[in-house]
Amino acid sequence: MGHRENDHIDIVGRLLKRGVSRRDFMKFCTAMAATLALPAGFATKIAEALEKARKPSLVWLEFQDCAGDTESFLRANKPTVAEIVLDVLSVDYHETIMAPAGKQAEKSRDDVVKHQKGKYIAVVEGSIPTKDGGIYCCIGGRSALDIVREVCGNALATIAVGACAWDGGWPAADPNPTGAVGVKDAVRGITLINLPGCPMNVENLTATIVHYLTFGTFPATDSHGRPLFAYGERIHDHCERRAHFDAGQFVRQWGDEGHRKGWCLYEMGCKGPETYKNCPVIRWNEGTNWPVGSGHGCIGCAAPRFWDTMTPFYKRLPKVPGFGIESTADKIGAGLAAVTAAGIAVHGIARAVKGKPKEKETTE
Amino acid sequence: MRAVENALDITIPDNARIIRNLITGIQYVQDHVIHFYHLHALDWVDIVSALKADPKKTSSLAQAISDWHNSSTDYFSEVQKKLKTFVESGQLGPFANAYWGHPAYKLPPEANLMAVAHYLEALDWQKDVIKIHAILGSKNPHAQTYLVGGMAVPIDPNSESALNTISIAHMLTLAKKAKEFVEKVYIPDLLAVASFYKEWAQYGEGVGNYLAYGEFPNDNISNTDNLWLPRGVIKNKDLSKVHPVDHEKIMEYVTHSWYEYKEGDSVPKHPWDGETNYKYTGPKPPYEHLNTDGKYSWLKAPRYDDMPMEVGPLARMLVAYASGHKRIQEVINLVLKKLNVGPEALFSTLGRTAARGVETLVTAEMLTVWIEQLIENIKRGDFRVHDGSKWDPSTWPKEAQGYGFHEAPRGALGHWVRIKDRKIANYQCVVPSTWNGSPRDAKGQRGPYESALVGTPVKDPNQPIEILRTIHSFDPCMACAVHVLDAEGKPVTKIRIV
Repeated sequence: MGHRENDHIDIVGRLLKRGVSRRDFMKFCTAMAATLALPAGFATKIAEALEKARKPSLVWLEFQDCAGDTESFLRANKPTVAEIVLDVLSVDYHETIMAPAGKQAEKSRDDVVKHQKGKYIAVVEGSIPTKDGGIYCCIGGRSALDIVREVCGNALATIAVGACAWDGGWPAADPNPTGAVGVKDAVRGITLINLPGCPMNVENLTATIVHYLTFGTFPATDSHGRPLFAYGERIHDHCERRAHFDAGQFVRQWGDEGHRKGWCLYEMGCKGPETYKNCPVIRWNEGTNWPVGSGHGCIGCAAPRFWDTMTPFYKRLPKVPGFGIESTADKIGAGLAAVTAAGIAVHGIARAVKGKPKEKETTE
Repeated sequence: MRAVENALDITIPDNARIIRNLITGIQYVQDHVIHFYHLHALDWVDIVSALKADPKKTSSLAQAISDWHNSSTDYFSEVQKKLKTFVESGQLGPFANAYWGHPAYKLPPEANLMAVAHYLEALDWQKDVIKIHAILGSKNPHAQTYLVGGMAVPIDPNSESALNTISIAHMLTLAKKAKEFVEKVYIPDLLAVASFYKEWAQYGEGVGNYLAYGEFPNDNISNTDNLWLPRGVIKNKDLSKVHPVDHEKIMEYVTHSWYEYKEGDSVPKHPWDGETNYKYTGPKPPYEHLNTDGKYSWLKAPRYDDMPMEVGPLARMLVAYASGHKRIQEVINLVLKKLNVGPEALFSTLGRTAARGVETLVTAEMLTVWIEQLIENIKRGDFRVHDGSKWDPSTWPKEAQGYGFHEAPRGALGHWVRIKDRKIANYQCVVPSTWNGSPRDAKGQRGPYESALVGTPVKDPNQPIEILRTIHSFDPCMACAVHVLDAEGKPVTKIRIV
């Protein structure tokens, strides 16, 4: 099905590029029906078949979020966001970038849900509060839970971008006052791709979409619904500083000789040995840099419940021996949970050290 | 971070100061351009009208206002063709169901086409120039380099794993690219668009009080007199006097907010004593209306000296203007002269949008200045990025409290922290959009958004583009949408908050 659909995309794309209008398109379908000696009603059927060549619609929902994933989306480069919006997808609903507001914006969303049922892609950014009837996040008088169930429930597939849409992220961190959850716990029985991270790296989003458009299927995922191409390998295993880890060369203080020479950040709290993501391979901002590359350890933002499991950010991971880490990697998770409890005293401070309890305000 | 540094009395190294200035600076430039073209322009620019433009005339228009290289007839024809293909596909995506053709759109088709071209160019430009943020802070968005006591990015011209000559050369190139686009595209477009909408200097005034914490320290942050963007308060539009900022005068009300204070909701609290206790009294979703006589918002109502304050680029530029900041006075006067309006025009929707442009220009000019400061330090052999004397919590006093001020792109951001036994005892943030979007306080005083909408004419309540112009001019930090309810001819707004 995927291949056929893509053939259609090319055909209609070419027609449109040659300046064929909608009216001409319908005439073309009628003529086609006549040529094939089909009853007149078949023109509509052909049109419908070719309608499949429409750019797939995309509905992007924002709930308890900081728009960090939206900002990340704007940094897309393969293809660029302009190409995505104009040529690849029909971004029919996205509160931050769309031109209409209020009722007109809702109409854009409702039109897709109604007319493109089962054909559109939903993207969710931010967590969904479930406590007290969903009052902690309402849009146009509807709860996030109500909206996410309708939009994702009728979509072809949903892509949850960022840590919050995956497992609740920051809002769900202990004590989770609003009962925040990710899409996986808010809507059951849907096709769901998770792209955790804080924020998600847009290259992984565009790759997921391009994968679908090219192969007609979504990429293979792990047990957390994360694509293997992006979350299949440990940061530690592709880290450019791995040789220093193996050689026992560690940064001990910010700005010391080891820090300036690019030694391993494990002692400074790097969570690379515990985190699965392709940051060291694709890096960020078209390959410009990534946390470890700039001298700061990984904070494990793509790991489950990272605000609770990966803090304190500046305390080194427990029970990782200096050498031969491969043999014990599977045991790290269990050890970590115990230390998180012990480290709870400085947990709050670690957040202050990070400095931005609501990154939205300072980042955007 | 500054709050904790303030509480623990930490002075960051000079390089950390410069790196923070650069990260914040490029963020202003990139963020403001995105705001103008991608979040605000379509309130003024009619995309569909651009289809009717004559590319040759568009080219003449573009060349008359700027020497930007993308200005040929062929270039604009190509953009128009792309737009035509897009519109005729019948899938308008984010541009569907908007207000195209609304009589409030005043630009000629040629100006609309020029703006559409620059909308697309700005999308490509922003993802490049923000790489300064990634070079210094690992990635964008969400830099990962800020530490209490400094920054985590090492400096060493003789290392391939630190800020070195390659990184500096890259940053200089990007800073140049950033400034060029602002000078040759953003500012000329802003002036061209504004000249068709001068009546918007009469609407959207707001509360007339402006608060700026100031930003970009020229030396130690504790020296509040030496900030490149000065700190100050302007009351009641009086530009002849800039009042000093006293953080003790900042209080938050919850009278109309879904919270409750232990000592009652009519008395405000200073952030050090702040409480965040939810008390939702609104309707059960789904609902149509909120009762604005009671509690109606998740935002608290911050007040300075018991007055509502506007924060953001307009507040910063007014405080700088009134404080005698030479370069900012020069640029503001130039803008006023080009639009042929007086300084009173600044207190408006148009003024807010223009001030953001002014700030972008002067900040873009500073990027290379800061990079040069960094180079000077490196020349002297100063590679320090972090003061680790208080890194270990065992060095902290038993109790401490502090506050930190920052000017985020959309306005004054304050954090207050109380530390007890090496743990946070209380942490409160008063963020820009709570100042601007605040509900009423115990005295019934409206916040800036609400005040700014009073008196805004709306031609068609089903297409409230005029309201969007004013709300968007604040750059609200929330998925913002407006519902207009016809209550005795008066527009009543409901702002949705995410």
